[in-house]
Amino acid sequence: MSDNILEMRHITKTFPGVRALNDVNFVVRRGEIHCLVGENGAGKSTLMKVLSGVYPHNDYEGEIIFNGKKVEFSNIHDSEAAGIGIIYQELALVPEMTVYENIMLGHEIRRGMTIDIQEMIQKTKELLERVRLLLNPSTKVKDLGIGKQQLVEIAKALSRNVSLLILDEPTAALNEDDCENLLNILRLLKSQGVTCIMISHKLKEVLEIAETITVLRDGQTICTLDRQKDEVNEQVLIKHMVGRSIENIYPPRITKPSDEILLEVHNWSAFDVNLGRQVLHNVNFHVCKGEVVGLSGLVGSGRTELARSLFGNPDGYITTGEMIFKGKKQVFRHPRHAIRAGLAYATEDRKRNGLVLIQSIQHNISLANLQGVSKNGIVNEELDKQNAVNFVRSLSIKTPGIHQLVMNLSGGNQQKVSVAKWLFVGPDLLIFDEPTRGIDVGAKYEIYTIINDLVAKGMSILMISSELPEILGMSDRICVVASGTITGELDAKTATQEAVMRLATQY
Amino acid sequence: MNELLTVLKKNVREYGMYIALAVIMAVFTILSKGVFISSRNIANLLNQTGYIAVLAVGMTLVIIIRHIDLSVGFLSGFLGAIAAVALSQWNWSVWSALLFVLALGTIAGLLTSLPVARLGIPAFVASLAGWLIYRGALMLVTAATGTIIVTNETFNALGNGYIPDFFASTTFLPGLHKTTLLLGVIATVIFILGQISDRKRKLQYNFEVLSNGLFVTKLIFLSVILGLITWILSGYNGMSWTVVIMLVVVLIYDFITRRTVVGRHIYAVGGNPEAAELSGIDVKRITMAVFASMGLLSGLSGILFTARLKSATPQAGNLFELDAIAAAYIGGVSAAGGIGSVTGSLVGALVYMSLMNGMNLLGTDISLQYIFRGLVLLFAVIFDVMTRKRKS
Repeated sequence: MSDNILEMRHITKTFPGVRALNDVNFVVRRGEIHCLVGENGAGKSTLMKVLSGVYPHNDYEGEIIFNGKKVEFSNIHDSEAAGIGIIYQELALVPEMTVYENIMLGHEIRRGMTIDIQEMIQKTKELLERVRLLLNPSTKVKDLGIGKQQLVEIAKALSRNVSLLILDEPTAALNEDDCENLLNILRLLKSQGVTCIMISHKLKEVLEIAETITVLRDGQTICTLDRQKDEVNEQVLIKHMVGRSIENIYPPRITKPSDEILLEVHNWSAFDVNLGRQVLHNVNFHVCKGEVVGLSGLVGSGRTELARSLFGNPDGYITTGEMIFKGKKQVFRHPRHAIRAGLAYATEDRKRNGLVLIQSIQHNISLANLQGVSKNGIVNEELDKQNAVNFVRSLSIKTPGIHQLVMNLSGGNQQKVSVAKWLFVGPDLLIFDEPTRGIDVGAKYEIYTIINDLVAKGMSILMISSELPEILGMSDRICVVASGTITGELDAKTATQEAVMRLATQY
Repeated sequence: MNELLTVLKKNVREYGMYIALAVIMAVFTILSKGVFISSRNIANLLNQTGYIAVLAVGMTLVIIIRHIDLSVGFLSGFLGAIAAVALSQWNWSVWSALLFVLALGTIAGLLTSLPVARLGIPAFVASLAGWLIYRGALMLVTAATGTIIVTNETFNALGNGYIPDFFASTTFLPGLHKTTLLLGVIATVIFILGQISDRKRKLQYNFEVLSNGLFVTKLIFLSVILGLITWILSGYNGMSWTVVIMLVVVLIYDFITRRTVVGRHIYAVGGNPEAAELSGIDVKRITMAVFASMGLLSGLSGILFTARLKSATPQAGNLFELDAIAAAYIGGVSAAGGIGSVTGSLVGALVYMSLMNGMNLLGTDISLQYIFRGLVLLFAVIFDVMTRKRKS
C-alpha cells in the first residue's frame, strides 16, 4: 500500500470559455496536513469540488486515486461514503436546529420507527470530545459563535468516519483565538489519523501548520513544497503564487491625477449587526480628483464591505469615523443620498445586485437617473430611448437593439450596461467593484479604455479588484485591505505583486 | 404577412390572452345561442367584472413587487359596509362618504405595508392577519342590523346606473344609447390620432415601427373592435357608471406603470430589489406606496360592490382577494415578480368573469364552474411559463 492517501492526476476542468484547471497534479500523503495556496481564481476551490464530486466524474479529465483505488464520484454522497469530508467557507449548518441534530442530519440513529435521541446525544458527546468542544449537544447552533460552529462542522464530518478532511478557508471569518484553537484541533485530528487538506489565504498560519504546501496559479500546479526538505518562507510562497509576468494588456493613460482631494476617510469602522462582528476597523484612505485608486485584497478582506458602507450603507452596519466627500462631511443613509451627492457604486456581482436582468438595456441604463429623462415624474420615452442608443453606440455594446433584455447579453456587454447606468448619473467618484470579473480579454481591454477616458474627463475611480496585474496595471495608487483594515498604501509605479501580496496576507 | 407573423410571435403572450378571451366569448355565444353576446348580458358581465377588475389592477402592482395582499377581500367588504353605515345611519352626503372610505382604504393599505416594508415580515402573513381583522370588523359593523340597506340613489347608481343619454330620440337610431355611441366614436378617434402621433415621434427618432400596410390594418382592426363594443353596449342602457370607473382606473394605472418614474421604479423593485436599492430607489417607500394604492382600490371595490347590491352584507368581499389574484395571474403577471401589466390584468379579469357569467347562462353546476375556472388559471400560468422560456 502506498503511503499516499490521495493522488489526483492530470486533472483538467473547463467551464464555457475558461479553463479553470489545466493538467493539475496533486498528491497528499497519509496522515499529513497539506495546505493548498494560491491567488483568487487560481483553481483551489474548483480542484476540491472535483475531488468531492460536486463536479461529477465525467465532467472533468484526469483520474483520482484514493486509498490506492481509482474512484469516480458522481456526487457529494459518493465521496462522503468513500471517507472524504469537505467543509466550506460558508458553513452548512441549520441554525435553528441543535448541535446533535445537525451532526446527525441525514444519518439519524433509529430505533424501530422512531429516532433514538439518547443514543444520538451520546454519540455527539463522543464526537465533540474529539474536537475538544465541551458543550451541551442540545444547544441550538445559532447560539454558538462562529468558531464553535466551525468545530461542530468538523465533528459532523468526523461522524461520517472521514479519513480525509478538506477545509476551504476555515479561518477566514475567525478571530485570532479561534484560529489558534482550530489549528490545534487540526493537529489533534492528525494524531487521530485524519489527513487534512486546508485551503488558506493566511500564509502565516499555513507556515505554522502545514507539512506540505501545494501552490496553484492560473489553474496549474506550480510546485509542491515539503517543509522537511525545502526552504519555505512567505517570500517563497508569494513568489510562486504571483510569479507571472504582467503582459502588456493595459492601455496607457495620458492624464495625471490632480492634487485636489475628492474623498477622505478617517478612522472608518463598521460593525455588522447581523453577523455580530466588526467588518471594518479604522480604515484611512483618500482619493484625489482624476485618480484611479486600486483597492486590493483577498476575498473576504472587507473591500466590498468598505465600498458598501460608504455608498449609503444598505447593509445597515453601525459605522463610526469620518467621511469627507467633495470637501463636506457626509454620512449617507441610503444609496440614493450617495448617488445624489455624486458617488456611484458598480457592484461586483452584476447579475445578483447590479442589473435588472429581466429588463431591457434601455430601462437598465436610465434606472439610477430617471430624473434625467423625465419631467414632472413622467418619463419621456423618446428621450430615454435616444439616451440608451447613445450609450450603446459610445460604449459599443454589442446588441441587436436597446430593447434586448440584459439577461441575453454576454458578460462583457452586461458590464458595459452597468457602466452606462452609472455614467448617465454622472458621478464624481465611481467605486468599481471587480470591473472585469468573468469577462473575456477583449472586453477587459475595452473596460480599461473606458476607465482611462473617465479619469481623463476628471472622474475619480476607486477600483476594487482581486486580480493583481489589473491592480498594478490600472491604478495610480494602491491601498491594500486585509482583515477589515488598510494594511498599506503603495505607489503603483514602484509596487510589485509580491509587495501587494505581502500586505494582503498580513493579519 | 411575414411581418405579421414576427409581430405575433414576439408578442404571443400578450395576444394569446386576447385570443383566449375572444375564443371563450365565441364559444359561450354559440353554446348559449347568442344570449351571451346580447347587449343586456355584456352590460351585466362588465358590471360584474368591475369590482374584481379594480382589485386585480391593484393586485398586479403588489405581485409585480413580489408581494401578495390577502386582506383586500374583506377589507373591501368592510369598507363597503362603512360606506353603507355612513349613508344610511350617519346620513352623510355621498361625496363625503366616498372620500372617507377611499381615505380609510389607503390608510389600511399603509398599515399592511408597515410590517412588510419596515420589518421584512412576509406579506402573506401580514395580510393574512389583515384578512382576519377585516373579516371581524365587517361582522362587527353588520352585527347589529345584519344586512345594511342603502337607499341613496346616487350611490347605488355607481353599481347599477347608466350614464344618461343626452341625445335621446325616438326617430334617430331608436333603441340605441346615443351618448354611448358618441363616446365610442370619440374614443376611437382619440385612439387613432394617438397611434399616429406616436408613430410620427418614433419615426422622428428613427425607431423601428410597423410597415404602413400593417399599421393601417392594425388601426382598422382595433377600431372595428371598439366600434363593436360600443354598438353592443349602446343596444341596452349604454355605458354603466361601473364601466366608466373601471376604465378610468385602468387608464390611470396603465399610465402610471408605463409612463412615470414611479412605474419604472415599481418594475425595477420587482425585477431585482437589491439592484434597485443600489440604484438609489427607496424600496421601502415603493412597497408602501403599492400597498397604499391596493388599499385605495379595495375601498373603491367595496363601494362598487355595495352599490351593486344596494346593501352591505356580512358576507361581502368573501374570496374577492383570490378572484383578483387569479385574474392577475391569468392576465400574465409573473409569480416571480417584475413582469405584468394593468391592461393584461383587466383582460384576465374579463376572461375569469366571462367564464363565470357564461357558465351561469348555460346553467352549469357550480361545482363544475370552480373546476373549469381552476383549469383555466392553471392553463394560463403554464402557457405563460412556456412562452417565456421559449423567448430566453
